[in-house]
Amino acid sequence: MTLNILAVDDSRTMRDMISLSLRQAGFEPTLAEDGQHGLEVLQDFMPDAIITDINMPRLDGFGFIDAVRKTPEHRAIPILVLTTESAPELKARARSAGATGWIVKPFDPEKLVRALQMVTG
Amino acid sequence: MSDPNDPMAEIRVAFFQECEELLEALQDGLTSMEDGSGDSETINVVFRAVHSIKGGAGAFGLDELVQFAHRFETTMDAVRAGELTVDTEALKLFFRAADVLSDIVRASRDALETDQSAILAVCEELIALTGADAEEDEIDPAEFQATGLTLDLDLPDLDALDDIAVDLPPLTSADSLFGEDTIAREPSKYTIRFKPTSELYATGNEPLYLFRTLREIGVVKIDINTQCLPELSKLEPENSYLEWQLKIETEENENQIREVFDFVSDICDLEIKSNGMDAEVSCLPDILPNEAATDQVVSSSEVSNAIATPAQTENLAPSADQTVENASDNAAEIPLEVSPKPAQTPPATKPRATVRVDLERVDRLVNLVGELVINQAMLSQSVAQIGLPSNTPVFTGLDELQQLTRDIQDSVMMIRAQPVKSLFQRMARIVREASADVGKTVRLKTDGDATEVDKTVIERLADPLTHMIRNAVDHGLEDSKTRLANGKPETGEITLSARHRSGRVLIEISDDGAGIDRKKVLKKAQEKELVTKDGQLTDSEIDNLLFLPGFSTADKISNLSGRGVGMDVVRSSIQALGGRVSINSTPGKGTTFSISLPLTLAVLDGMVTQVAGQTLVVPLNTIEETLTIGKSDLNTLGPQTSVLKVRNGFVPLLDLGTELGYRKPKPDYVDSIVLLIAHEDGSRAALVVDEINDQRQVVIKGLQESYGRVPGIAAATILGDGQIALILDPVDIVAGASGRTKLSTETALAG
Repeated sequence: MTLNILAVDDSRTMRDMISLSLRQAGFEPTLAEDGQHGLEVLQDFMPDAIITDINMPRLDGFGFIDAVRKTPEHRAIPILVLTTESAPELKARARSAGATGWIVKPFDPEKLVRALQMVTG
Repeated sequence: MSDPNDPMAEIRVAFFQECEELLEALQDGLTSMEDGSGDSETINVVFRAVHSIKGGAGAFGLDELVQFAHRFETTMDAVRAGELTVDTEALKLFFRAADVLSDIVRASRDALETDQSAILAVCEELIALTGADAEEDEIDPAEFQATGLTLDLDLPDLDALDDIAVDLPPLTSADSLFGEDTIAREPSKYTIRFKPTSELYATGNEPLYLFRTLREIGVVKIDINTQCLPELSKLEPENSYLEWQLKIETEENENQIREVFDFVSDICDLEIKSNGMDAEVSCLPDILPNEAATDQVVSSSEVSNAIATPAQTENLAPSADQTVENASDNAAEIPLEVSPKPAQTPPATKPRATVRVDLERVDRLVNLVGELVINQAMLSQSVAQIGLPSNTPVFTGLDELQQLTRDIQDSVMMIRAQPVKSLFQRMARIVREASADVGKTVRLKTDGDATEVDKTVIERLADPLTHMIRNAVDHGLEDSKTRLANGKPETGEITLSARHRSGRVLIEISDDGAGIDRKKVLKKAQEKELVTKDGQLTDSEIDNLLFLPGFSTADKISNLSGRGVGMDVVRSSIQALGGRVSINSTPGKGTTFSISLPLTLAVLDGMVTQVAGQTLVVPLNTIEETLTIGKSDLNTLGPQTSVLKVRNGFVPLLDLGTELGYRKPKPDYVDSIVLLIAHEDGSRAALVVDEINDQRQVVIKGLQESYGRVPGIAAATILGDGQIALILDPVDIVAGASGRTKLSTETALAG
């Protein structure tokens, strides 16, 4: 099954890498450059899962997750947070914003794929 | 990484490009913090730039970059959190940190060595600024040990998770996912009690999927406990009522089982016991405190059945949270689900502002357009030769074609163009470093950062510009004491500006220093015997002495001068770009160096001339003026050479035909046409040509690849009539000139 994944990250390199990892795993990535852009994309797109960065201009990852969880049709989409921070308080903040799980950067593509497969079934 | 088709290598290249952009944003951010025009978002931008560099660097295993970026980021985070107030000193440090960061980025890119002492010094100062940070200790250093990934994604066979660990790069202790002992051992049994909180569902997690993952590591038997489930009328749709008991027989250890529950460990009750000991099945009182526990364990016989069909699972758990159903496939069954799933059409991604194109492709396009221009010119010429009346539609069409080809040419050239901003930012750094070296306070002002110039021109301008900036700091500006004594502000100012002027780019470097001390310059030149003692020189001629090879005015060799590069090298590198440099200095007010450059290296303004039946193109920027030799202007000097009197000076007369070996010197040069060529050291020479045809733009065709370096010839071009013409390198011609303009008897005998 091809999973449609929305990846939100302000770093082009990261977007490229996520996109490559996902494509190699047979997923279909859609990219957004920040939280605001991500929400715009979500207006007419229903991904199977979302990957998002935390530190982003305009709308950061916390705000983005929060907004997604407040949208009735999107509230159940699994959201993985991709972050360089592994500090427990950041995980807790991501969790309270409604993140499903997290992947620590630099990410292992296999881990990312496995995590996506797990949260989407 | 040597494989050009390796997607990782491509991303790596893109990463370093992005780094340059991020470093630019970092500089901009710091500059606006310095101006006081920065707000909280500025600090965020600075933070994010460093953060993104760190993130990408980690993925490529660039340890050094990761570590420094992390240190820098920690400090910026403290600033962002308001724990650290930024004063002038701190800002200076940030600028230096940004410099070091860009050094490491470049060193990482080109696999060069870095200056450890500089990195350490800045690191220590950054640490001193934030203090021994508590948060720092919490972060496991292993987290920041870059893992150096390869994206060779052979998708893991999901039924063989234990094999994956073997393929992973060596794992650090903190990187414990599947990283423990991977050697197969006796299967052991675990009993897991799992009770999700409602938050588990609210965060998009799904017990079913967890179980499926669990099934991948062993044989699982799942029992559901619905004893906490209330009557339908009392059921809160968003509450969690269900609890599971799972028995797993696996060769993996407990950590691996816990890993499956990693994302939900904080939002569920999880108990894992080994050796099949039954975990207590209980109902959490906080959800249904008054419900009597009726022993009503619904058990599904075989796990595979339960997991294979989500529908069945939901039948077993009709009260599962709405979100669960949302994520599963059978929306129709659940009455709570209101909104149907929107069609899954991926939206058109936001149009990207830029595309990255291989420079080679652009160059090919530039070349092709060059051919097009030539072809169009040839076509026009041959149509003109037919002798059609000028009002025919053919001519109108040709005019339009000419206009179009010019527009295309301009547009294509613009692809190669880049704003000079990145170059100017590098100069800002030179100013900071140079001023620190000589203990002067200097501010750099830039103007026209957005002016676009050909990429190659920008790259090759960096060295001469660096030298000129250093000179301005070292020699141009006075020290603080002298400045104050002269009623000037203590901080010296250097202005770097760029602007377009009549099809060329003008770059100016000005300082508000003392101006050129002409007496000193002249004395020095006389001491070095560069000019005669009694020579009368104009101010501008004295200024131009600075460009003479081996000239240095610094009384003592400071850190900055004595690098073995003189202004003569600056001048010749600018000339090699088809540019010219001039000086304008006012005593007490300062000095301005102006560099005038072509917009591109692909076309050239040239003068088309005839010499001994050959067509030659002479670059216009090297020609000072054209003259016709009068009888009284010519003077013989030695047996074979002559000099030409140009106003009050004498310049050597060179016959281009003879120098290129087309012919022997002519018996008489009176009434000949000469091009007055300005040499890079300020001296001049007069080149004799037979005829001047035209002044036009020509497309440069390199000869280097096919013929190697041809002395005196820079390149070739194809003219409108299809004729191939050589483009002259006058500087080279003059440097290697024989100067023969007379048929001496000696030569005749020898010949």
